[in-house]
Amino acid sequence: MTTPWSTASFEDFLASRNEPAWLTDRRRQAFAAYQELLKKPLDPEEFKRIDLRALRPDKFALVPSGDAVPLSTLMANRADFGGTVSHIDGKAVASQLRPELAAKGVIFGSWETVLATRPEILQALERAVPADTDRFSAWHTAFCTGGTVLFVPRNVQVDVPLYSLIGLATNGAADLSHTLVVLEEGASATLLEETASLDPSHTGLHVGAVELLVAPRAVLRYVQLQNWSEKVWHLAHQAGRVANDASLQWTVGGLGAKVAHIHQDIHLDGKGAAAEVNGVTFSTDKQIHSYYTQQGHHAPNTRSDLLYKDVIRDRARIIWRGMIQVDVDAQKTDGYQRNDALMLSDACRADLIPGLEIEADDVRCTHGATAGRVDEEQLFYCMCRGISRSEAMHVIVEGFFQRVYDRIPVELVRETLSQAVQRKLGIDG
Amino acid sequence: MRLSKKVRDGMSSLLKIIDLHVSVEDKPILHGVSLEIRQGEIHALMGPNGSGKSTLAYTLVGHPKYEITSGSIEVDGTPLNELDPCERARKGLFLAFQYPVTIPGVKVSDFLRHAVTNVRNPERKDGESLMPMREFRKELKQKMEELGMDTEFARRYLNEGFSGGEKKRMEILQLAMLQPKFAILDETDSGLDSDAVRVVSEGVRKLSGPQMGVLIITHHERLLEYNVPQFTHVMLAGKIVETGDAALAHELHNHGYAQIRERHPVEAAEEQSRQNRPETVGVATAVAK
Repeated sequence: MTTPWSTASFEDFLASRNEPAWLTDRRRQAFAAYQELLKKPLDPEEFKRIDLRALRPDKFALVPSGDAVPLSTLMANRADFGGTVSHIDGKAVASQLRPELAAKGVIFGSWETVLATRPEILQALERAVPADTDRFSAWHTAFCTGGTVLFVPRNVQVDVPLYSLIGLATNGAADLSHTLVVLEEGASATLLEETASLDPSHTGLHVGAVELLVAPRAVLRYVQLQNWSEKVWHLAHQAGRVANDASLQWTVGGLGAKVAHIHQDIHLDGKGAAAEVNGVTFSTDKQIHSYYTQQGHHAPNTRSDLLYKDVIRDRARIIWRGMIQVDVDAQKTDGYQRNDALMLSDACRADLIPGLEIEADDVRCTHGATAGRVDEEQLFYCMCRGISRSEAMHVIVEGFFQRVYDRIPVELVRETLSQAVQRKLGIDG
Repeated sequence: MRLSKKVRDGMSSLLKIIDLHVSVEDKPILHGVSLEIRQGEIHALMGPNGSGKSTLAYTLVGHPKYEITSGSIEVDGTPLNELDPCERARKGLFLAFQYPVTIPGVKVSDFLRHAVTNVRNPERKDGESLMPMREFRKELKQKMEELGMDTEFARRYLNEGFSGGEKKRMEILQLAMLQPKFAILDETDSGLDSDAVRVVSEGVRKLSGPQMGVLIITHHERLLEYNVPQFTHVMLAGKIVETGDAALAHELHNHGYAQIRERHPVEAAEEQSRQNRPETVGVATAVAK
């Protein structure tokens, strides 16, 4: 029987792609790995707290053609972007870039465009997320439908934010899109990306990957706001590689999806590399948001600073397994990780587990995690000032996220997150 | 006695506490407190530690831990017993906290904008728009300047990293912005150095007037020098045992509570027995186990 992810389907998929041989070869290797990895259990350290039994891959399929349907989004049209790229159901539907940026050699577009003009840029694929990492990365690489590519040449500064939309418009559609960012030495850019669904009742599946490659002295700010409908499975490998004296500032927002699991890796590869990771998640109803974060210090004098703030309500769950890894020669590492969850209901649940694996002997690493409820004395204090209990909740939740907002330099992102949080709070019964 | 025309004409609001009995975790603390405060009046409430002053303050504003077992609290004849703290605030009650709460990440200005909007529009529903930003900022800036506060405070997170004096000044700023009918100041002058006490005392003096009834809970005299009470009440073991004028406050300050205890042996004995109850040495008992 031909199922959406069978060998026959894979061959049909390859036949439809018209891609260079090296890419097809990679896909074939990935598909072989996928079939092998399916036979093996998932890494329990990463997956034991998430129930994936209800995930039925064959219920989802790639959709033949994506249409440029108008989606309700958080950020589109809210700022004057330097360029935008939109994908719906895995297909590029729109793309534009300011001529002055294009003139400087900046490439911002879909896989198809890049394959037609600068295919060598895509050679960088799998540098941060190897296909054989696990079954999801292999599945993704085999069937990847394309995605947004940003390339900024040496010493070019892109001062205006760029915007990428990943949309799902068809009920039951699978999105296997890939975001690739390559910043050459001394380059800088800001990419704001969001995911959105056309219809809140649609089911969907995202098996995605994000690769952020930051060359020496380059500066990348990347934001991804996951805002699918609450019936979408979101399984993603997202990884950044940061070279010497380069910096990556990475903000993730987890708002939508039924179950979202993100494997987020930060590799500090070069001396003096730095990464700041910000997370804002808000889980309601029966949503499960799960993050597996690794801060890998592979070179001396590297800095990483991760701060997540999670609000959970109803029967929702937040799961976080964090790790700071310091290689033996990564002396003078400065690593920090912290994750705080605020629980707004009795039935919600938070599992936050920080961790350190340190092989060097001259490092400073700190970590922490807290989970707590809204302080009744804070509520009482607000109420004594005429603020109703539910409004006080809003005020306190906003304040809880504020410390992450304070770290996000892009005002549009702060505003967007704050409004999305308010909207979710508003559903409050 | 300094009474406004409004008070003499009987137009002012009246906060009435009638034979109030209050328990905390089933332990009776107040044993029948009665008190009437009119808008425009200043009352001092004094008494030794544990006599129930803070309990009265928290009960007035509706802290859920303080259970009214009998008696009532009324403003202009409307009972407040069943109202939550938010509704009481909207009826014009204000408590300046002895230990103000920190609310991380919430800017002073944002917090106050929510508070002011609600107190001035008691019928407001959640989600209705807040007081216009420009108008609010202007008023906040003006009030801060009147109180000699650095306007930078408005951008800080509420009480986060504030010194004791800064927290108390923040309470006074809230008092200034909310302009309640009745303000209860729970040891607003405690734990402060003399400069801070002066600043807070002057602040209260500027704000109080014919539109505000004030109940000052204090151990110190400075606050009362700046805000001379028409009435001084003395609490002992959950009861008001004496009421006098400013001279009584002065006497207590100079001589302590020994004479009060002599004059009220029943309450003094009750106070003594409270101090000997095992609950009050719970920590020691737990350690002994």
